[in-house]
Amino acid sequence: MAARLVQRIFPHPLLTLFLTVTWCLLINELRGGTVAFGLILGIAVPMLTAAYWPDKPKLLRPLKLGLYLVIVIWDIIVANVEVALIVLFKSNDKMSPTWVAIPLELRTPEAIAALAGTITLTPGTVSVDLSDEGHALLVHALDAPDPNAVRDQIKHRYERRLKEIFE
Amino acid sequence: MTEIAQIAVTIALILGALFVLVGSYGLVKLDRPMSRLHAPTKAGTLGVGSILMASMINSFVRGDGSLHELLIMAFIFVTAPVSAYFISKVHIHRDRNIDPLPRPPADRVWATKDLPGDRDRAG
Repeated sequence: MAARLVQRIFPHPLLTLFLTVTWCLLINELRGGTVAFGLILGIAVPMLTAAYWPDKPKLLRPLKLGLYLVIVIWDIIVANVEVALIVLFKSNDKMSPTWVAIPLELRTPEAIAALAGTITLTPGTVSVDLSDEGHALLVHALDAPDPNAVRDQIKHRYERRLKEIFE
Repeated sequence: MTEIAQIAVTIALILGALFVLVGSYGLVKLDRPMSRLHAPTKAGTLGVGSILMASMINSFVRGDGSLHELLIMAFIFVTAPVSAYFISKVHIHRDRNIDPLPRPPADRVWATKDLPGDRDRAG
């Protein structure tokens, strides 16, 4: 009974935490009043929107999520430099832009969304479409002489980690 | 201390400006619609990130610390893929100067785009 009450008040505990922190950052100061109002928002918003988001994404290994974020940010930096060099020094004829179709093992919508976002954020690749039942992702690569290498890298570096985190 | 900070701020600003410049240059230089999408949407991330980093260091050194920049960064990271996604959607649907799409390795069709012959297969 108590567990169900808690479940009703905090349908998404992480979202509550996230909204509270975001509110404090927006106000840009850490005082009792700010935290209290952030908490009110953090409790009200998930409750009011619970009907539209019935399933709770499971975060099996939150620590690994931290590691994943670090890896992604590092990749964004490295890949940004790579793309800048390609843009500056590689002639258009020598570039080989190509489509890459990536078969997905991930099944959770949140995990697939995270993967698609990661692919777009790491420069050189943009995720474009999903197959009708969500088993494949269409990705465009700016300069990939070997599309299979891009596919394997994405599967190994990102999808494997997301699978550990979410599923 | 302030001098080191000033140097750090300067480096971050210049780096950021450089990346934003390269991003805009890429938009002009690249020749295919899908390739052109890459330069501004992404070189921008690091450029803006770097400029925000400069702003953050500066505010902390002046003793008026602000973490708004973290929020801006987070919102850019969340929204940038969405706009890139929309632009690429437009490209694949207008079908101009685009390499033909591959078939999905699993499932029958891409969710929003019919390839030639898909209508018969999906039936």
